[in-house]
Amino acid sequence: MEEVKLMKGNEAVAEAAIRAGVDAYFGYPITPQSEVIEYLMAEEPHKRTGMVVLQAESELAAINMVYGAAACGKKVMTSSSSPGFSLKQEGISYMAGAELPCVIVDVVRGGPGLGTIQPSQADYFQVVKGGGHGDYNLIVLAPATVQEMADFIELAFKLAFKYRNPAVILSDGVIGQMMEKVVLPPQKERLYDEEVDKLYGSWATTGKKNGRERNIITSLELVPERQEAHNHHLQAKYKKITENEIRFETFNCEDADYLLVAYGSSARICQKTIQLARAKGIKVGLLRPITLWPYPSEAINKLADRVKGILTVEMSAGQMVEDVRLAVNGKVKTEHYGRFGGMVHSPDEVLDALETKIIGGQ
Amino acid sequence: MTEEIIIAGFGGQGVLSMGKILAYSGIMEDKEVSWMPSYGPEMRGGTANVTVIISDERINSPILHNFDTAIILNQQSMDKFEKSVKSGGLLLYDPNGIIHHPTRKDINIYKIEGAAEAAKQKSSKTFNMIVLGAFLKLKPIVRMDNVLKGLKKSLPERHHHLIPMNEEAIKVGMEKLIEVQTV
Repeated sequence: MEEVKLMKGNEAVAEAAIRAGVDAYFGYPITPQSEVIEYLMAEEPHKRTGMVVLQAESELAAINMVYGAAACGKKVMTSSSSPGFSLKQEGISYMAGAELPCVIVDVVRGGPGLGTIQPSQADYFQVVKGGGHGDYNLIVLAPATVQEMADFIELAFKLAFKYRNPAVILSDGVIGQMMEKVVLPPQKERLYDEEVDKLYGSWATTGKKNGRERNIITSLELVPERQEAHNHHLQAKYKKITENEIRFETFNCEDADYLLVAYGSSARICQKTIQLARAKGIKVGLLRPITLWPYPSEAINKLADRVKGILTVEMSAGQMVEDVRLAVNGKVKTEHYGRFGGMVHSPDEVLDALETKIIGGQ
Repeated sequence: MTEEIIIAGFGGQGVLSMGKILAYSGIMEDKEVSWMPSYGPEMRGGTANVTVIISDERINSPILHNFDTAIILNQQSMDKFEKSVKSGGLLLYDPNGIIHHPTRKDINIYKIEGAAEAAKQKSSKTFNMIVLGAFLKLKPIVRMDNVLKGLKKSLPERHHHLIPMNEEAIKVGMEKLIEVQTV
């Protein structure tokens, strides 16, 4: 029988990590994601699977511990919230350059600066467009339920190892703090070095073996020709990810006159807006990107042919709306709505915005 | 069936745990549930609230501005949430410490003297269960045996000996409910 539990999103992340056979978690507490490390510390996974859980002295230390463990081919993760994620940027850029797989969970809170501990989606630019230096992309998954907080751990690791690239689970204070039903995955064994080699190729620094060159993990290449070639290699990899890994879902789009585009908790709120709108006879649909990078641009472009207007809903002053506008490419009116700074829009407020900004504005 | 509930009061009154017990009870009946707490600065010594949704269908927004039921346990929460009850909905409150009683004419209003009854039982800790009992009398959305299972799930094992006392408190709440107005 499957195991149904009532859990916070943050707790689901922690339990799913243990069950995914993660080798190590390095983190530093920050609201609203502290339950991740609290749960892991209380659960003592070293007794269950041998998984290491360590509270580092800072976010910087944590991300560099992740770098070290990932360089050894270990399944390793960290988690934080916005200000802490900013601190991790250098390490993340280094890992993108050195092509190291890892999973980073960001439970976003309102900013800028220390901001507030309330939910926000204002770190879209930072996470999706870079944040650190250099031409790199992170695989970004945006869960909308506690169930997905659990499910995306395994998925994020799968993608991270498949492409040797850091993957981010971009959540927010709503999904991190709320409790819902969650069905947990079965316990997986942690992998031995030999199994990692077999599954993902022998690139990690696991000690030089007979019959192969030594493996070197670095993000430094001072010869510009070689650095350019490395960048070409990265870009080719990003192209492959874009071709193969776009994920999204649609609700009520079949007959929709208007389209909402939203991710994470805003997508949940928009589903309620659709109910309210349809009760008033307004045919609204929703496209919810599940991967924020790579982005479902083509799907949005196709829907733009069929609808009279698009409203992007995010808890920010308007960030993802730029990607929606690029996808729509001027075909149809595209506006942004969102509360921010820690405020969460209600389904009714989204409906009001749709009526005034899109329907009334035609 | 979908029941959208806000429970609001002071931190320490058992607001969040009351919501948690309701959510667990919902799971025991194979319903969909969501539990969204306030976790901001107000939790540090001020007001606390939790939105609980119990439904036969998949729950979309965990964040709401309008509720079928508001369970209100202090004046600040009354000021904030009386207006958020849907027309025809339910407002259940403990009059202890309430100066400005609800004035809306389009909603059902009930009182439960939770604090006073808990004092009579000589256990302030059963306060939230008395209020929960009053709510379940008005809206029996979950069965009593499932509430007890929910209680068991949400209490750590070392507190399981307190379950009979909590069950008693739920019954007291069911009996001591006072009708103010119905629409």
